[in-house]
Amino acid sequence: MSNAVDVRSLSKSFGSVKALDDISFDVAEGELFGLVGPDGAGKTTLFRILTTLLIPDTGSASVLGLDVVKDLWAIRSRVGYMPGGFALYPDLSVAENLEFFAAVFGTTVEKGYELIAPIYKQIEPFRDRRADALSGGMKQKLALSCALVHRPDILLLDEPTTGVDAVSRREFWDQLGILKASGLTIVVSTPYMDEALRCDRVALIHGGKILEIDPPRSIGTRYGLPLIAVRGGDRFGLLHTLREFPHAHAVYLFGDELHYTDKRADALPEAVARELGEYVAARGHKDVEAHPIVAGIEDSFMELMGSAPAPTATAA
Amino acid sequence: MNLNALRAFVVKEFHHILRDRQTLTILLMMPLVQVILFGYALRSDVRDIRLAVIDPTPDNATIELQSRFLSTNRFRLETISKTPDVIEPLFRRGRADVALVFDPGFASHLRGVDPARILIAVDASDPNTGTTYLNYTRAVIARYQAELNAQNRQVQIVTETRMRFNPTLESVNLFVPGLIALVLVLVSALMTAISLSREKERGTMEVLLVSPLRPQHIIVGKVIPYLGLGFANVLTALLAAWVVFHVPFRGSVVLLLVESVIYTIVSLALGVLVAARTSSQRAAMLTAMLATMLPNALLSGMIFPIASMPAWLRPVTYIVPARWFIVIARGIMLKGVGLTILWRETLILSVMAMLLLAAAMRSFKPRLE
Amino acid sequence: MNFAIDARDLTRRFGSFIAVDSITFDVGAGEVFGFLGANGAGKTTAIKMLVGLLAPSEGVAHVAGFDIRTQRDQIRRNIGYMSQRFSLYADLTVRENIRLYGGIYGLTPAQIAERAATMLDTLGLSANADDLVARLPLGWKQKLAFSVALVHQPKIVFLDEPTGGVDPITRRQFWELIYAAASRGTTVFVTTHYMDEAEYCDRISIMVDGRIAALGTPTELKEKYGADSVDDVFVRLARAPKGEAA
Repeated sequence: MSNAVDVRSLSKSFGSVKALDDISFDVAEGELFGLVGPDGAGKTTLFRILTTLLIPDTGSASVLGLDVVKDLWAIRSRVGYMPGGFALYPDLSVAENLEFFAAVFGTTVEKGYELIAPIYKQIEPFRDRRADALSGGMKQKLALSCALVHRPDILLLDEPTTGVDAVSRREFWDQLGILKASGLTIVVSTPYMDEALRCDRVALIHGGKILEIDPPRSIGTRYGLPLIAVRGGDRFGLLHTLREFPHAHAVYLFGDELHYTDKRADALPEAVARELGEYVAARGHKDVEAHPIVAGIEDSFMELMGSAPAPTATAA
Repeated sequence: MNLNALRAFVVKEFHHILRDRQTLTILLMMPLVQVILFGYALRSDVRDIRLAVIDPTPDNATIELQSRFLSTNRFRLETISKTPDVIEPLFRRGRADVALVFDPGFASHLRGVDPARILIAVDASDPNTGTTYLNYTRAVIARYQAELNAQNRQVQIVTETRMRFNPTLESVNLFVPGLIALVLVLVSALMTAISLSREKERGTMEVLLVSPLRPQHIIVGKVIPYLGLGFANVLTALLAAWVVFHVPFRGSVVLLLVESVIYTIVSLALGVLVAARTSSQRAAMLTAMLATMLPNALLSGMIFPIASMPAWLRPVTYIVPARWFIVIARGIMLKGVGLTILWRETLILSVMAMLLLAAAMRSFKPRLE
Repeated sequence: MNFAIDARDLTRRFGSFIAVDSITFDVGAGEVFGFLGANGAGKTTAIKMLVGLLAPSEGVAHVAGFDIRTQRDQIRRNIGYMSQRFSLYADLTVRENIRLYGGIYGLTPAQIAERAATMLDTLGLSANADDLVARLPLGWKQKLAFSVALVHQPKIVFLDEPTGGVDPITRRQFWELIYAAASRGTTVFVTTHYMDEAEYCDRISIMVDGRIAALGTPTELKEKYGADSVDDVFVRLARAPKGEAA
C-alpha cells in the first residue's frame, strides 16, 4: 500500500439528493491531486468523508492506509484539513488563531514553524490583527498555516482559492508547489478550471460523479471532436451565427475567442476551420479568424458535463 | 487530556466572551438590572388603601395622625373603633387592608418619657402589596414623627408590625434566590448553546472535530469559561440584592457558590444538549429559551408558588432544576441552614448534573451527522 | 455625452486609510464594463459609493445621470444590483422572489405577472416557478438573480462576482444573458475573479491599492503590457510594488 488516499465505489446521499455517486480514485504518496468541479458537485461531501466527518452510505475510503470509518482517531491527528470558507475565529488575532489550532493538535507554533514559515511569514507582520480584518488572500494564508502547524502527513484543502483574487490564487498555488516538493501529499478542490494545470493529476467532478481522471495536460487529448477557436469582432453575434452552422455541436465563449466544436468526429479540423470561416463571412462577419486547437480542461469539462445528466437540486 | 489543548481552548473562549463587548455588558449587567427591576416591580404602587383605626382613647395626637393618613390620598378610612375585636372580621372579609391600633393614652405618651406605641396590622396575603401597604403606613408615621421632632419635641413613636396571613414574607428576599437561578440558566444554557452552534455555522467545528480533541474535551473547554461567568453573575446578584434591598445573607457564601456550580453544570449540560439538536444559532437560542428559561422561571416556585399549582402540574416541577436550587438558595440565604437540612435537594441536583452531563457528552457526536 | 456612469476624482477615506484614491472613469450606455482588482484594492468601497450606500469623501460621480451625493433615491430606482453573497431569498419560491422585487420597485401586479412569465420562459424555469429558491442548483439561482435584478428594467445593473463557484457551462450562459441585456441598452458593471470573463467585457479597469492602474479594452491592455491574457496583465499590475502601479 503506497496510496495516500484510496476511494472505492463511494456513495453518499442526503435525503433524495445524491451528493456522491459511486466514486473511485486513488492518490499516490507525495502527489498533488486536484478535484475540479463547480459548487454542488460533491467535493465538500467527499472531503468530509475523507476527514472522517461523514460516514459513506456504501463503498470504502482510506486515508494514509487508515479506514475513514474504523480508524477515526488515528486519521484525525495526521491530517491537515482546511474546510471551505476558511474556518477561522474572526474575533481572534492572526497569532491567536494559529496558537489555538497548534494547541488543539497537541503542538506549538514553534515546533511547526519551519514548515509554515514560507506562508506564515507573509502574514506575520499582521500577527495582532483580528482575522475578520484580513483580506481574502491573507485569510487563506492563515487558514493554510493553521492546517499545517501540526505537520500533518496529508493536506486536504476544500476550495482554498474561492473568493480570492487571481494574484493571491497564483501565490497560493506556488506555496502548494513548495509543500509538494517537501514530500507532502495534497488533495485540493477548486471550481477554477485553470488551476487544474498546477496539479499532478485532476479528477473532473460534476453532479456527484467523476467525469475523468488524468494528468491535466493529457485531459484534452481525449476530446474526440474537432475543436476550433474563432476570433472576431461582434462576439455575441458571431456566437449565434456559429450555433446556426448545421454541424455545430457546441459553441461557447472562451476568453477573447469562441470555441466551436463540430459534430463530425472524423472531419479534418483544418477543413472545418475553413468551412466555418466561409460560413460566417457569408453572413456578414468580417475579419474572422478560425483555427483548430487542442482542447483544454475547461473544454473537456464542458463536453463531459454536457453529456452527463444535469443535477436537479443542489447537494449540501 | 492534553492540558495545553484544554488551556488553549479556555483562553480562546474567554477571548470570544471578552471581545464581544455588547454581549458581555448585557451578561454582566443582567443580574444587576433584573434584581433592581424585579425588586422595584414587586413594590407596585397602590392607592385606595382601606384603613381601620382602633383608637381606645381619642386625643388630639391620634386625630392629627389619622388626618395625616387621609390627606395622602392613598388611604381611605374604612372604620373607626374603640376596641380591637373588629379587626379580625374586617380582615377576614377582606374589608380592610391596614389596621392602625393606637395605645391608650397616645398623646400623653408622646409628651412623656415612655414611647408612644402603634401596632400596624397588614393584610399580607399578597406579599407584594402587603409590603407596599406597610411601607406607606410607616412613611406617614415617620413623617409625622419627624415634624414633631423638628418642633424640638423629642418624641418617640414605636411601631410594631403584624403581617396577617403571611407573617414572614419579604418578597424581595424570596425573589433574589429565584433570580440567581434564572440568570445562571440564562447565561449558562443560552450562551453555551449559542457559542457551540456558532462554531458549527462558522465551520470551525469541522476543524475541531478533525483534530485529536475528543467531544468531551470540546465540551469541557466550552463549559469552563461560562462557569466563571456564572460565578461572576451570582456575586453580582447577591451584591445588588444586599446593597439595594438589604436582603440578608444568613448562611455560608461558600456553600451557596458550590451549589451554584452544581446548578450551573446542569444548565450548561442543557445548553450542550440544545446545541447538539439544533442547526442554527437562531434555533439554538429559541430552543434554549423555551427549554430552560421558561420552566425554570414559571415552574420553579420562583414566581408562582408550587403549592398553588394544579395537582397534575406539581410532579412536573420535580424535573425543573431551578425548583431545587431555589429551595437551596432560600435556605442558605434567608434561613442560614446548611447541608444537614439541604442534603436532599443537593443530592437531586448533583444526580441531575451527572445525568445531563452524560447525556450531553453522548449527544455530541464526533462526526457531522 | 451620455454616460451611464461618470466618476471624477472619487475618493473615500476611512480615518487615515484611503480605500479609494481619486478614481476617474466613465462607462458608456449599453457597455459591459469589467471592474477588476485584488481583494482589498477598493472595489467594494467604490461600488458602495456608486450605488449610494456610502458617501464619497471627495470627488463627484453621476450614475444614470444622477448625482451620487444628492440624488440617491433616483439612483436606486434606476439601477439593479446582484451579488454572489446576497441576491434572492432562499426560503421563498422563484415566483415569490420575482413578485417581491417587482413590488419593491413599484411595478403593478399586472406588470409583475407579465414580466415573471417572460422571465421564467426565457430561463426555462416555468416548471420550477413554485419551487423554493434553496432547491435550485447554484447556476440557476444566479441566472434567476440576474433576471430579477433587471425586473424593473434599470438603466445600469451592478454585478458583484455573479458567477463565483458556478460551473463553466452555466457561467457562459450567464454571460450570454449579460450580452443580451447589454444589446437591449442596459449598462452592465461587473466584478469577477475569473480572468477569462474579463475578456468578455467591452472595457475593463484594474484597481490596485485604491487607484485605477489600468483602463481600456482587453485588447488595448494586453498590447500595452505585452501580455497574452488579461490574467497576465492583472498579475503584473497587482504584483507590482506599491507606488509603481500608478
